Amino acid sequence: MKKSTSTWLKAILPLIIFIGFVALLMSGIGKNPRLIPSPLIGKPAPDFALPSLHDPKRIIRKQDLLGQYYLLNVWGSWCPSCRVEHPMVSQLASSGLIPVYGLNWKDEPENAKAWLQQFGDPYADILVDYEGRTAIDFGVYGAPESFIIDKKGIIRHKVVGEITPQVVQNELIPLIRILDAES
Amino acid sequence: MKTQLRKKPAARPFFQYPRKWLLAALLFSQTLLAIDVYQFDTPQQEALYRHLTEELRCLVCQNQNIADSDADLAKDLRQEVAQFVKQGKTQEEIIDYLVQRYGDFVRYSPPVRIDTIVLWTLPFAVLLFGGWGLIRTIKANNQTNAAAIAKTHSQPTSADSPTEPDS
Repeated sequence: MKKSTSTWLKAILPLIIFIGFVALLMSGIGKNPRLIPSPLIGKPAPDFALPSLHDPKRIIRKQDLLGQYYLLNVWGSWCPSCRVEHPMVSQLASSGLIPVYGLNWKDEPENAKAWLQQFGDPYADILVDYEGRTAIDFGVYGAPESFIIDKKGIIRHKVVGEITPQVVQNELIPLIRILDAES
Repeated sequence: MKTQLRKKPAARPFFQYPRKWLLAALLFSQTLLAIDVYQFDTPQQEALYRHLTEELRCLVCQNQNIADSDADLAKDLRQEVAQFVKQGKTQEEIIDYLVQRYGDFVRYSPPVRIDTIVLWTLPFAVLLFGGWGLIRTIKANNQTNAAAIAKTHSQPTSADSPTEPDS
């Protein structure tokens, strides 16, 4: 009796291992490999001092934006997905839910200005990162990307890819409620 | 149909095969494109730069390292790495700098930590388990073989008529 159960177990063991392996691989299928979790969440935003797009002589520093929470939207006129999310970013900015700042990443200022003229400029201010050094400090690896920075200058959330209505509903609005409760 | 001509392998020298040249060009084009020239003070610095850019993953094209990638971000990161190397920063300092910004994902070899211990030990565990199973199977086979041979060999001695042992 005991021997028969052990042989039965032995026969079924490869099947169990196989099912376990399939389950492991299946769990990875729905995931987006492009979503790399940022190690910067919960940490202070990197220091930056970048010229404003509309007034290049004016330098915007991290300290200038402290005291309020805001969304920093990384975009470029060369980036097709930025155009896709643009109506949603504009809606978010005009709704007054959260101030929206732009980080113009590795873009020619003339192209950026022409782009804004064509599609509208929703940004409270736009920082120009022509060299892309600040973007590296923020761990940016593609556009669009958006960071939510709280009034103490801590990065609270990062959106990789387009801001969609779902992202606003499920990620941004709940976080904005928390940020409101803090202040 | 010029079948005869086609069947005979023409004794042309290598450089007369344009398709092979094209293939060679395709094979090398990617690596050549991604090369940008940085001047280093010492060969050690250059070696460190080479090692680091091969060790760091490009975040845009995720199956390439930043040495091979032609993505804009990979170029920027190569430039950063080259600058740090020239400033005399160590390998750990440069890797830390990038891990702080992009996470462990930028490294092709993950660090040994509590949460990565399975990643490092599992292959060896599987190897040991497989080896143990292999040895067990071989031993079991040897035993049954020996028993079978003993059985066939014992017959001629007990019986009068010689029987041919199984081959």
